[in-house]
Amino acid sequence: MKRPRLRAESLHVGYGETPVIEGLDLEVLDDAVTAVIGPNGSGKSTLLRAMGRLLAPRRGQVLLDGKRIDRMPTREVATLLGVLPQTPRAPDGLTVAELVAHGRHPHQAWYRRWSTDDDESVAAALRMTGMTDLAGRVLDQLSGGQRQRAWISMALAQGTELLLLDEPTTYLDLAHQVEVLELVRRLRTDLGRTVVMVLHDLNLAARYADRMVVLGDGSVVAQGAPHEVLTEDLLREVFDLEARVISDPVAGTPLVVPVSPRTRAH
Amino acid sequence: MLAVRHRRRVAGLVVLLGCAAAACLASIAIGSKPIPVGAVWHGLVSPTGSEDDLIVRSLRVPRTELAVLAGAALGIAGSLSQGHTRNPLADPGLLGVSSGAALAVVTGIFAFGVTSTYDHVWLACLGAIVATVGVFLLSSAGRTGPTPLTLALAGAAAAALMQGLVSAMVVADQQSMEIYRFWRIGAVSGRDPTVIAQVLPFLLVGAALAMANTAGLNALSLGEDVARSIGGHVLRARLIGVAAITLLTGGAVAACGPIGFVGLVVPHLARFVTGPDHRWLVPYAGLIGAVLVVAADTVGRLLAWPGELQVGIVLAMIGVPVFIAIVRRTRLAQL
Amino acid sequence: MNGPRPARLRSAAVPAIAVGGLAIVAALSVRIGDLPTSVGDILRVLSGGGDETQRYVLLALRLPRVLIGAFAGAAFGVSGALTQSIARNPLASPDVLGVTPGAAAGAVGVIVGAGEYGGVAGPASTVGLPLAALAGGLLTAAAIYLLAWRRGVDGYRLVLVGIGVQAFMMNLTYWLLTVGDVADAGRAMVWITGSLDGRGWTDAVPVAVALCVLLPLAVIGGSALGVLQFDEDTARNLGVRIQLCRAALFLVAVALAAAATSAVGPVSFVALATPQIALRLAGVARPPLIGSAVLGALLVTSSDLFARVAFGGVEVPAGVITAVLGAPYLMFLITRQRRKAHV
Repeated sequence: MKRPRLRAESLHVGYGETPVIEGLDLEVLDDAVTAVIGPNGSGKSTLLRAMGRLLAPRRGQVLLDGKRIDRMPTREVATLLGVLPQTPRAPDGLTVAELVAHGRHPHQAWYRRWSTDDDESVAAALRMTGMTDLAGRVLDQLSGGQRQRAWISMALAQGTELLLLDEPTTYLDLAHQVEVLELVRRLRTDLGRTVVMVLHDLNLAARYADRMVVLGDGSVVAQGAPHEVLTEDLLREVFDLEARVISDPVAGTPLVVPVSPRTRAH
Repeated sequence: MLAVRHRRRVAGLVVLLGCAAAACLASIAIGSKPIPVGAVWHGLVSPTGSEDDLIVRSLRVPRTELAVLAGAALGIAGSLSQGHTRNPLADPGLLGVSSGAALAVVTGIFAFGVTSTYDHVWLACLGAIVATVGVFLLSSAGRTGPTPLTLALAGAAAAALMQGLVSAMVVADQQSMEIYRFWRIGAVSGRDPTVIAQVLPFLLVGAALAMANTAGLNALSLGEDVARSIGGHVLRARLIGVAAITLLTGGAVAACGPIGFVGLVVPHLARFVTGPDHRWLVPYAGLIGAVLVVAADTVGRLLAWPGELQVGIVLAMIGVPVFIAIVRRTRLAQL
Repeated sequence: MNGPRPARLRSAAVPAIAVGGLAIVAALSVRIGDLPTSVGDILRVLSGGGDETQRYVLLALRLPRVLIGAFAGAAFGVSGALTQSIARNPLASPDVLGVTPGAAAGAVGVIVGAGEYGGVAGPASTVGLPLAALAGGLLTAAAIYLLAWRRGVDGYRLVLVGIGVQAFMMNLTYWLLTVGDVADAGRAMVWITGSLDGRGWTDAVPVAVALCVLLPLAVIGGSALGVLQFDEDTARNLGVRIQLCRAALFLVAVALAAAATSAVGPVSFVALATPQIALRLAGVARPPLIGSAVLGALLVTSSDLFARVAFGGVEVPAGVITAVLGAPYLMFLITRQRRKAHV
């Protein structure tokens, strides 16, 4: 059987002296949307940054197409895999179009600055996120939701097969959250991209992901299809949450309905 | 909308080039002996060896060239400094370049009795390079590598240290003081024309590196995480940037002394027109710097005619009010 | 990363250790000099005894010099901690923002214009110098604040106007140096490097008063400093009247820097470095006021002691030494920094 393109083997990551992830193994299913969920502080963002070679592992390795990602030229990685960090910051006065154009950076060199290919990718990325009309606007004058979509456009313009998104729905109202996640789904169905995203909303994650990976204390607690993973037992154990799991009346995916925060007294 | 911005940038570039040409012409024509424009042209194109031709070719032109080079170099170096440290307070001297140059020159005078300006130029270049390499290594020594914060702080600390040593020597020795005080204010006059040939290679390589650095700097302006994820080489971009800053500032300071203000303020003015895109910002800063220094040098000759004022003090007198007026009128882009 | 408790312990331990160091340096400074003095002599003089010479050397020369160094250093440290916090920028010391350069320009103007070789002799340069420095610093600060005012002052505009004014004052100072006689320029250079040589009780009084009045104010206002670190909206949300707070704290910072400069000259680096050293030692996120004060005092007094004794008979200005002592230490701290420090 073909090995998945992106995987981690006995990964150890941390900041300074504090270990966050210890001995984690993960295979990212190709051509699928994977949602990484877990309580606050379980190491979701750290895992994503390590998978996207933004953090060097202490021990273990992240492999992309069988090669150690931290030993590959960073520009080559950037044509295969895009990472969008949680709260990126842009300099004042940058326009949406300029931001998205940055996504073409890995496809350029000193002898080849800008091509019609680049133009088309930027236009397509803007179209997919519905940002075409706002292309000339300055980033800091946009609403939080529009800004988030501009950053996603940049990651799309990069044109990579693999996309790692850290909480792509932050700052968005429910309608816009759904819109972004529909976009993620289209990326897979229409373009065959592989997406890994960190999400907080369990119900949306269950609805839009093909696969869920649950993190607790820096290791994988469970993984699989949403209806296999999202159980009342798991919610109690990992999230410390007493909840009922019913079937979503619209999509048929699991739907978490909290009962009350579990008290440790009994 | 985007096209408007683009057109504005191109138009600005044309206007600036016009200003530069006008300033250069004025700089050649104006002085203790005014030379009519016709004679300037004559002296430039078909010199016959008249007195005017001699003044134009041997005094005014080298001086103007020096002003253009120094202004452009400091403007470009300043925009790189601010971009890499993401700090509006960063000037080209921040990485210790100017104080390294000053330390080398003053040490040469104080300890080895080096008095020829020719040797001072080499000393200044050497000092600038040694100082910056030291600062860069120092700021990379922590676990995080060279970040904007460690670059800025290590540079400030090293600059203060070297400035302290300079002060010590200058205070102890009157001859050093005599040379240092005129070197420190910065001037483009009274320099040997060979200085240009000495520093030109530094400046050209520096400017080429600076232009090569703009794409990387644009990526870095989105933060190191994003820069890395779109395939930017953080460390390589920082290295190229630091090398460019060193060569440009070192060359300019060696030739003209640490002319203040240009490297600090010009990038803010340029950013006001171009926005945050370094591919435009860097050439703009170079042009604005050149125009400002040439103009200030010329005005200095007018104000104190038939004597002259050093370019540094004129820049401060004219440039600062203009800068503050702009800061007050508009909301300047943050880095 | 430290838990809250060791961090609190450290932030209390730093000033305590620094106070100990300060006491040792002060004791050494009073003892060491051309006139050898024993501990017994010092105690005798302090309790009213000792001979005429000893009384003169200790009480009129050495003691005021130590005190003035401590006061000025503390004032610089607090001033730097305040400006760095207000501007949310580690480089924003009163030196960079134009306050001390303004003071220097005032003083150098007096030295060059009325120096001993110039025309007006003696009194103008001894009485006038501190006054000119004080006036120069305060006027410059007022100019910066007014120029930055536009329906309120925002931190970023304050910084930009500050660097403009700083460039102006620096160039003015260096130009003044080229105008006068080279001997005057030399004296002016000593002054703008910062020196405690020949300072007496009269010089100590203004900076002592400034410190006694302003340091408590800074500490009271310091509770708001943490909030000023955030953006405007967050700060307002936390119930801080930003404009008032920022103006008041800026005024305190400026007055401290100007008073210190008028006493010892614009001793470089203290205001920039001690807050940064203090915050790294204490392991906190923003410059601690008391820590910066004590470290500033320690840095200036030990620099002066060093400047007096390290080079045999030759005495160098203390301002030369502050950076030589302080910079390597700050560099060392930067290289081993683990957590991300803000400001």
